[in-house]
Amino acid sequence: MKFYVCIKQVPDVNAPLQIKDGELIQDADRNILNAYDASAVEEALVLQEAHGGEIEVVLIGQEKAKETLRKALAMGADSGSHILTTGNEEFDSFSYAKILASFFKDKEYHYILCGKQSQDTDSGLTGSMLAEFLGLPYATNAVGLQIENGAMIVKRQGDTGQEMIELPSPSLVTCSNDMNDPRIPSLKGIMQSKRKPVDTINVADLTGDIDNGSAKTSVIGFEEKPKRAPGKKYEGEAEEIAKEVAQLLDSAENVI
Amino acid sequence: MSNLLTYISVNDGKIKRSSLEVLSRCNAIAEKNGLTSAALVISDDTSSVAEKLKAYGPSMIYTIEDPIFKNHLNTPLLKALTLAMDKINPDVMAFASTEGSKDVLGALAANRDAAALADVSEFEWSGDVMKAKRPVMASKIISAVEATGSPIIITVRSGSSEVVEKSSEAGVESIPFSIDKNELRQTLKEIISASGDKIDLSEAETVIAAGRGVKDEEGRKLIDELASILKAGIGASRALTEAGDYDPSLQIGQTGKVVSPQLYIAVGISGAIQHVAGMANSKVIVAINKDPDAPIFEVADYGLVGDLYKILPPFIEELKKIKG
Repeated sequence: MKFYVCIKQVPDVNAPLQIKDGELIQDADRNILNAYDASAVEEALVLQEAHGGEIEVVLIGQEKAKETLRKALAMGADSGSHILTTGNEEFDSFSYAKILASFFKDKEYHYILCGKQSQDTDSGLTGSMLAEFLGLPYATNAVGLQIENGAMIVKRQGDTGQEMIELPSPSLVTCSNDMNDPRIPSLKGIMQSKRKPVDTINVADLTGDIDNGSAKTSVIGFEEKPKRAPGKKYEGEAEEIAKEVAQLLDSAENVI
Repeated sequence: MSNLLTYISVNDGKIKRSSLEVLSRCNAIAEKNGLTSAALVISDDTSSVAEKLKAYGPSMIYTIEDPIFKNHLNTPLLKALTLAMDKINPDVMAFASTEGSKDVLGALAANRDAAALADVSEFEWSGDVMKAKRPVMASKIISAVEATGSPIIITVRSGSSEVVEKSSEAGVESIPFSIDKNELRQTLKEIISASGDKIDLSEAETVIAAGRGVKDEEGRKLIDELASILKAGIGASRALTEAGDYDPSLQIGQTGKVVSPQLYIAVGISGAIQHVAGMANSKVIVAINKDPDAPIFEVADYGLVGDLYKILPPFIEELKKIKG
């Protein structure tokens, strides 16, 4: 069985951030494997342990993103493809999905797994765009995966409950980080990852009819989130502060 | 031909308030720019929904009805949406942001060769350019974005606009639909629903959210009691949904639901940024936590420092008195 997992390097949202002249500046250039993609890699590894097969990770990014590809290999993926960008391209989800679609055009696979969104932009578009470009059935926001009798059973977190959806092969699934705790690479895994095959492809070789102009959306700038007016802390005897705040919610805020 | 088209989310025959917010916003944009703003209902039973919608001012109501829409499944929904867009040819297609709309947004945009903006908190459309704002970096930063071309497809966060009632004499047009079983390519085998008759979290005016500090049955009983007095929806932090104390559909945060109620009461929640990303736009935030340095106090309007097991009982008593 062949699994592909699409992964991305993202800035760590927990690192300090500031905005200068509408540009977003990271104080520390801390970049990590997108948490949702890490869950997708983990889930592929679990399925591989149960059913055998091979896992290839695919990443679009600059040279420095190779460390993220290596991390997925250190977790246990078998091989990688790095679609190398220069950093000057202005790609949006649509462009990424188009590039991935041309990567997958001549590939054979049973399942493609993706993170359900990037933790920096939270758009959650690329996975289902890719499925549509490839003409694959898909499910998003998976919180559990199982392969039974050759079909993928996806437990999907919907609006009011969990939907159990059966998908044929080939198909695509986007993963929530609620499905597992991604393993931390072992020292052995890290050593092995250095010898695992990584194919590097220039993004220009895949874009073909698409170019920088293929992006349909653009980021104009960044703003600080409007600060909430500072609140008040109530410390003291539990009964007193409880009563005081309950009364204020009624009299001052009118929300009771 | 309609310039703006709002998809109306329906759950158990009830219109989701968040999609009325989006319709109201589209109506306002249409009015300002001399455009039209229509509504689209895709459901297993559309007639009563269409009737109710007339109170919210759409220029036209389109319906697609089929038993398959009783439950969410992306293949039939996508087929219906592409059919509707072919027929109505909107320049802007707008959805309230739900797990259902997020499931189809990317595929629909790819299918239509259209620009897509997910989860915007505000939007403005002049007739050719869509300008919108999106929270990014776990909602710590607002990103200003633009999209051009036609159509443009967006999903909108709940609580981003007011619902404005406006009676209309909108016509109702039903779009014929059918789907063959072979087209489905996927099977919905079962829905594990824990919500029952509880208040829909994403629609609730008041939300009580439980965190790691709510340790046991006694704590959960206090949460239930508080929620019942305030007619509130109950949510939980990731720690408690992962531990199995609360259903995963109740998770509030970057990974789960984004809520913006009038009153948000965070009980025993420390306030990790991933949680705050899902609730920071609530109107009034109350936090109860025994750690005075918990980050939740940075966003709370009313921060009660102390043991929730000691604070909640008198808090509940006082609210009972107020409610009379």
